[in-house]
Amino acid sequence: MKFIIAIIKPFKLDEVREALGAIGVAGMTVSEVKGFGRQKGQTEIYRGAEYSTNMLPKVKIEVAAPDSLADQIVETIQQTASTEAIGDGKIFVLDLASAVRIRTGESGDTAL
Amino acid sequence: MIRKMIWGAGMLGGSFLSATAAFAQEATQAAAAAAEPVATATTAAAAEAAPALDTGDTAWMLVSTVLVLTMIVPGLALFYGGLLRTKNMLSMLTHVLAIACVAMLAWVTWGYSIAFSGEGAFFGDGGKLFLAGITPDTLSGTIPEYVFVSFQMTFAAITAALVVGSLAERVKFAGLMVFALIWLTIVYFPLAHMVWASGGFFFEKGALDFAGGTVVHINAGISGLIGCLILGPRTGYLKEAMPPHSLTATLIGTGLLWVGWFGFNAGSALGANGTAGLAMINTFTATAAGAVAWMVAEKAAGHKATLLGGCSGVIAGLVAITPAAGNSGPFGAIVLGAIAAVVCYIFVSKLKPKLGFDDTADVFGIHGIAGIIGSIGVAFTYAPGFGGPGDADYVIGAQLGTQVFATAFAVAWAAIGAAIAFLIAKYTVGLRVTREVEHEGLDLGEHGERAYNY
Repeated sequence: MKFIIAIIKPFKLDEVREALGAIGVAGMTVSEVKGFGRQKGQTEIYRGAEYSTNMLPKVKIEVAAPDSLADQIVETIQQTASTEAIGDGKIFVLDLASAVRIRTGESGDTAL
Repeated sequence: MIRKMIWGAGMLGGSFLSATAAFAQEATQAAAAAAEPVATATTAAAAEAAPALDTGDTAWMLVSTVLVLTMIVPGLALFYGGLLRTKNMLSMLTHVLAIACVAMLAWVTWGYSIAFSGEGAFFGDGGKLFLAGITPDTLSGTIPEYVFVSFQMTFAAITAALVVGSLAERVKFAGLMVFALIWLTIVYFPLAHMVWASGGFFFEKGALDFAGGTVVHINAGISGLIGCLILGPRTGYLKEAMPPHSLTATLIGTGLLWVGWFGFNAGSALGANGTAGLAMINTFTATAAGAVAWMVAEKAAGHKATLLGGCSGVIAGLVAITPAAGNSGPFGAIVLGAIAAVVCYIFVSKLKPKLGFDDTADVFGIHGIAGIIGSIGVAFTYAPGFGGPGDADYVIGAQLGTQVFATAFAVAWAAIGAAIAFLIAKYTVGLRVTREVEHEGLDLGEHGERAYNY
């Protein structure tokens, strides 16, 4: 099993979610995060006090997937979330040791 | 005793009715005119010389009083609160509420007497301690004296609440309360007497201060400045990012302040009359000019026009017109508001970061500076040549001298008195929270509550 973490631009969330649904992803966890990479923030000025924001709002998607689906998920996210601009985000793939469905107690691929 | 009261009420009424013109000669003449028939009349006939209750004036003053209260809770509370970080929002709301209420209690107990009883040059006497001698039927001019007491009470409350803005995010609640009681007694109550009460030093000099440029704004601005210097800057000031957490709240506060200010300015006419109408239109034009001027100044300086700038310009315009609300024409008001906004903008964005002091909500930067500009500028706006309500024989030069004197005195009086009050608070209950409380936020540290639970 693989655990896929994707940091994307917030307005891309709906598109990515639909595209993943279309290839058979049944669930995901989404959180609002802040971060930066090569994309720089804006300078904000409040009554003379200047701040350069280098933390930009992003959305983090976490999906647990069986090995067979993992590559397709990564490709789908990359194609849907891309705007070909700096700040589009990154995808990380981790090996997932185990997964358990809380309701039934089943584990492994059937828990996903 | 009753005759003395009615004589006193007639004197006060005559004095306040002529306060809008506020010329030394005119004031004493009008007061003397009111005094003569009353002094020789019998108690029954005395009523015909003193003004009678006017229901229109009274209705307006009842409303004005409540409008000024709205400026404090929630107007000022939200305006300041929105400028802070979320962890300190509740503490600001609490500070404003509490200091206003403490001021109200002090006012009715000893404040009103110091401010408006007796004819001393620098403070009144104890004749109206605990509001002695006032009944629902006692008049002050054409309105019940209780209404006048209430109206002036809201002024004391808001001036005290204004000071809190300079001290935000690090002042100790207990220290603030100790400061308030002392400062009100030695700074605000006497200054109100000097400028607004018959016999008061600047009242007798004919100083123009329609609704409180000196008594309220210069006073609060300077006191705030002294406070933030004694308190020291917030930990991390000028290094950590501390942007306002909710300019939405600040705008809501701005709106409530502007609307309430009609009670503050137009209510200072103490009647439903043409002067109140003049104060109303000035409270529109100066404010609008201030808002636009600040935002234009931002663009001229190479930045974007901001909401915080617009709100700040609104306040700068309102503060500047406060001493001139009934002492200016609408276009003089526009000039006054615009100048105040631009000067405050330059101070707050260019000078203040260089000087490095932490006046958190810019109480000195806006109330202090715009108050000074307004209190001096009114000498010009009053002139008939600039559309003001002055007489044809009004001389700017002499009045300007009086205004500068009054302004300088207010600065000095507030600075010395505030320093004393802050230092007493500092060396008794303490003025600043510990570093740990400052880091976790005053909401939790001082009040055990959060503004936001999410």
